[in-house]
Amino acid sequence: MAKKLESTFINMVIVLTTVSLIAAYALASVFNVTKEPIEQAALKKKLDAIAKVAPAFDNDPNADMFKLVAFEAAAGLDSLEVYPAKSAGKLVGYAVKSYTMKGFSGYIEVMIGFEKDGTIKGYSVLKHAETPGLGSKMPTWFSNEAKPSHCIIGKNPNNTKIQVSKDGGDIDAITAATISSRAFLDAIKRGYETLKQGGKYE
Amino acid sequence: MNNHWANLTKGFIRENPVFVLLLGMCPTLGTTTSAINGMGMGLATAFVLVMSNMAISAVKNIIPDKVRIPSFIVIIASFVTIVDLLMAGYLPALHEQLGLFIPLIVVNCIVLGRAESFASKNGVFASIIDGLGMGLGFTFALIILGGTREILGSGAIFGYKFIGDNDGMLIFILAPGAFIALGYIIAIINKLKKA
Repeated sequence: MAKKLESTFINMVIVLTTVSLIAAYALASVFNVTKEPIEQAALKKKLDAIAKVAPAFDNDPNADMFKLVAFEAAAGLDSLEVYPAKSAGKLVGYAVKSYTMKGFSGYIEVMIGFEKDGTIKGYSVLKHAETPGLGSKMPTWFSNEAKPSHCIIGKNPNNTKIQVSKDGGDIDAITAATISSRAFLDAIKRGYETLKQGGKYE
Repeated sequence: MNNHWANLTKGFIRENPVFVLLLGMCPTLGTTTSAINGMGMGLATAFVLVMSNMAISAVKNIIPDKVRIPSFIVIIASFVTIVDLLMAGYLPALHEQLGLFIPLIVVNCIVLGRAESFASKNGVFASIIDGLGMGLGFTFALIILGGTREILGSGAIFGYKFIGDNDGMLIFILAPGAFIALGYIIAIINKLKKA
């Protein structure tokens, strides 16, 4: 076996510097290669979510995106992204990226679709860290049309109280996950009220 | 040749990183909520192990002893970041599931442990085999643990449900269940090894 390089000061500096330089070069090249796929994956995820929640559209909601001042905003997150859905040039509804800080594990991000009169068309949970098996049921619980008491789809916050029934609202909370449910509905309400505040409903 | 075969297979039971060496507990307990997550984490770690073992055994003679740990860490961290970027770009769904645990492969003691105890003393080919064996052993352990937790916790295996929606034992999906399941699996493996 070849003899190891001795641990003199010069040797150590040269070797560590070289190792770091090679590593930095390798990382930079990989970063350049993966930059586009990563951006595209993020964009595709967003567009998929919009397509899932908004009424059928034929425009590019991402290009038409605008920001509105959020209703009861949390610090540092004072505007929501709104993606208008248009069909043959006519507005049919919106997708709003809303959030709440009140989740059992903090931040929850939801994409919500509204008809142009404010009726909830659909939603998609983008980011959450709620307890698996409890709070993590958000994506299915509130969209189960077979159980009208906890389904929010097709309801208009204008005449439905978007709050858990424990707090006097009209929506049943997820069993054993009241905090997550409250937070989720808070995000829905923020999305609705933000559009309303911006005078976007007809 | 026999030697290489032994190096490859020792990771599965005899020197299994999770069940026998008890290394890398943090990702083991954190990511194994389902068999598929365990597999993703295991394969990512296996890739890093193979690549870092290969690189380290190739350069071991030009690295002075006193700076070998910093050098190894730089090499390992680079491979982990590469895996992280590649996964974010090409497997976004899995990347989201594993989240924080991918960067944490850097501090997984198995990776540095194999670099220090094997790759820095053996040739390139033997080190690749060692990394592959250990990596697959780690993956195997994570699939077993993830599968056990998934079966007990959500009544499914690899995402296919076989019992009703709310009938799983939730605790096995949560952190305490990870410890309980791991404890019993280690007990069973110890028993089998003695027999």
